[in-house]
Amino acid sequence: MNAFSLFNYWIVIILMMAGFYTVIASGNLVKKIVGLNIFQTSVFIMYISMGKVIGGTAPIVTVNSELYSNPLPHVLILTAIVVAVATTALGLSLVIRIKEAYHSIEEDDILAISQREDEAE
Amino acid sequence: MLAITAIAVVRFRRLFTVVMLFGIYSLLSAMIFVVLDAVDVAFTEAAVGAGISTVLMLATLVTTGRHEKPPRHHPLLPLAVVTVTGAGLIWGTLDMPGFGNPADPVHHHVADRYVIESPREIGIPNMVTSVLASYRGYDTMGEVIVVFTALMGVLSLIGIRRQRKQSTPPPENSATRRPYPVLQVMAILLIPFIILFALYVQFHGDYGPGGGFQAGVIFAAAIILYTLNFGLDDAMLLAPPKVVLRLSALGVLIYAGTGVVSMLNGGNYLDYNALSHDPLQGQHFGILVIELGVGITVAAVMIAIFFAFAGKTEKQ
Repeated sequence: MNAFSLFNYWIVIILMMAGFYTVIASGNLVKKIVGLNIFQTSVFIMYISMGKVIGGTAPIVTVNSELYSNPLPHVLILTAIVVAVATTALGLSLVIRIKEAYHSIEEDDILAISQREDEAE
Repeated sequence: MLAITAIAVVRFRRLFTVVMLFGIYSLLSAMIFVVLDAVDVAFTEAAVGAGISTVLMLATLVTTGRHEKPPRHHPLLPLAVVTVTGAGLIWGTLDMPGFGNPADPVHHHVADRYVIESPREIGIPNMVTSVLASYRGYDTMGEVIVVFTALMGVLSLIGIRRQRKQSTPPPENSATRRPYPVLQVMAILLIPFIILFALYVQFHGDYGPGGGFQAGVIFAAAIILYTLNFGLDDAMLLAPPKVVLRLSALGVLIYAGTGVVSMLNGGNYLDYNALSHDPLQGQHFGILVIELGVGITVAAVMIAIFFAFAGKTEKQ
């Protein structure tokens, strides 16, 4: 065990925090979705890096290899990526609807508009 | 490098730049997946993250505008929250097992069985495919249904624009209808190969990296390339939305139906051993069929979502 053996987790955490920061600090809804995607990708990288075995090869059976990386995280992440794009599409379509309703995708503007509407009622 | 790109994404305020950088970020992470032996995953990430997500985000930007307003709050509070959370997580990793050690707990429990037994039990070389389609067949069916549900959500939110009536022909101005002849010729040259490649990935997923998810996305990319070059109306003639929607449901039906057929043959739900008198042949057949179902659904859902976004964009 050396100092670099946990390096993969640290990269994952840096990415995850970058995504998290975008989600909470940015007022723009499209950028929030991008941040959410970065967060997601960091989780993907965490799983895949956990599945790696040093000296192993891709988990496809070949004659000249005995050691394979772990196929289970690959399966989980493979399906997660496709679901991620589907949910991203859903999020983006929500953004489009919000734009139509409020003519803005900035969080502050939307809050101001809906407050004004509440007061008018 | 990935971290640098991610931070650049956070910093830039011009959303167009942000989205393009996000595409680069996806491509970089796909490369990392190759290095980490996850070829199937890299394949998917390159096609989905760098291809389809970027196109969808660009389509959204057309409707919503390109610039982010400067934030009104001071970024210090979120930054503090993020730093504290990050520090906590790093402290948590100190107990984690080191990178790439074969003795890690992740690599045992069920994973051993998948690596050692799957070539004999399922009879196909690609372990990822055999785990995906056979051992964890229920999960994958759930994922396909989630993708299908997301399509339903998108359609109920923005819907697909109806085709223009033939009685009101679009302006036959050749300058606006055929703006980029070079791109169009290139697209015509590329599209058959993309579709051929998608089919190869679909049916060769047992032996090499690939499978229904990847093939579906690549197939959808071919249609999207066509739409980008020839306009939505022509693309809707090529792949009518009605047919696409039916296909997306058909894929789920094929998957779920395979389970029912194996039950009728005396096995459990999604137990492919019952599909044929020879269990190995049954597994092979079952995986091929459900991968086909996955491929059809994913391709149809991606095309339909793209049509919905593109229709929104053209209306503006």
